[in-house]
Amino acid sequence: MYELFKNLGAWLVSGSQWSGPDGIAHRLAEHLQYSLLATLIAAAIGLPLGLLIGHTGKGAFLAINLASFGRALPTVGLVVLVFLAGGLSMLPVYVALVALAVPAIVTNTYAGMTAVDPDVKDAARGQGMRGHQVLFQVELPLALPLILTGLRLALIQVVATATIAAYVSFGGLGRYVFDGLAQRDLVQVLGGAVLVAVVAVVLDVALSCLQRFLFLPHARTNSHGDTPTRTA
Amino acid sequence: MTIDWSWIADHTDDLTSLTLSHLQAALTAVFLGLLISLPLAVIAHRVRPLRGFLLGASNVLFTIPSIAIFVLLLPVSGLTRTTTVIGLTVYSLVVLLRNTVEGLDSVPVRVKEAAKAMGARPLRTLLTVEFPLALPVIMAGVRIATVMSISLVSVATYIGDGGLGQLFTDGFQRNFPTPVIVGVVLTLLLAVVADALLVALQYVLTPWKRRRA
Repeated sequence: MYELFKNLGAWLVSGSQWSGPDGIAHRLAEHLQYSLLATLIAAAIGLPLGLLIGHTGKGAFLAINLASFGRALPTVGLVVLVFLAGGLSMLPVYVALVALAVPAIVTNTYAGMTAVDPDVKDAARGQGMRGHQVLFQVELPLALPLILTGLRLALIQVVATATIAAYVSFGGLGRYVFDGLAQRDLVQVLGGAVLVAVVAVVLDVALSCLQRFLFLPHARTNSHGDTPTRTA
Repeated sequence: MTIDWSWIADHTDDLTSLTLSHLQAALTAVFLGLLISLPLAVIAHRVRPLRGFLLGASNVLFTIPSIAIFVLLLPVSGLTRTTTVIGLTVYSLVVLLRNTVEGLDSVPVRVKEAAKAMGARPLRTLLTVEFPLALPVIMAGVRIATVMSISLVSVATYIGDGGLGQLFTDGFQRNFPTPVIVGVVLTLLLAVVADALLVALQYVLTPWKRRRA
């Protein structure tokens, strides 16, 4: 066990391991690139949808059931399926990453919108604000803390899913895990797992701190988002 | 992408045993998660200084991707079912802890004081007043943890377990979509059925909610 940890430490800090196309620096950059792009696309789809459902109150059934569906969908199966259907390219894997990130964004945006006090909305309307003004000047700012929570959870989910996507010849940090498993190289497997875990935890902590910094006066809200879940 | 129906017909025995193995891993994890999270939730609810630590520490665990958790357990428990169950228990535990604390917080202070005034000791108040009133929120956590665990079991296919997840690696290696589709459908079915059964269980456990409705 001690020998294993020593080798793992050596693997993580060795200069040769960090450079080159199979180096940690490159794999880390790939991983972050996949994760950020997929989360941005998911936000472009999920945010308007969540805002619309929350503002109009129509389609709440969809928002709630989308969450359960996203929760139940097995990531590994979805990734393999889009790969078999779409062939060896990046696009199908991005489809899977986005599909698994959208529910967290929609449900938390919706939760944030429904947590806005109806009296506040009435007051805004009473002052003569139009529907879009109420949405963008009243509801959106008040729902923002939960919306950002949704984006953070989606990003963490995508980081995990991108790891699994390495199985279907995708790059990123998951490569070390799957190459290591194939080569029966436990040090490489553990090294990859440590890196992925560190990336996920650091991103989560950094974004939580940013959220707390941005919303210091509102930090103690009573509204809770959707219970977070994982599928990867 | 076409489905090879004869493959399904030829493999009903395998599919049954994989489904049972899948369900066993998920349910064991939720059960263990419940066993560990209930006492932790009571501590987090009653001992304020520990609350932030317990919820914070469990949130960090929750952030770690499942494949990383499974792999990091390999030096401890190897390529076994134990690794799968420990990994899944970690995630269930976090969801259950969060919801149970929230459920206990939601019990009105007046009700607890009424119980105290009637002479109930803390343990009795907890078991006969607080837990039953917190039950809907706790059950919401159990439902989420169950569905999540059923979905997550398949990740363990990479460490040689994974129940229905084995259909995914099998289909990938042979470039054959049928087992993958069957695996996804069966996983979704398991999740839906388990969730429906838990809704029914909650209905049975909370008769007072029915009378009011």
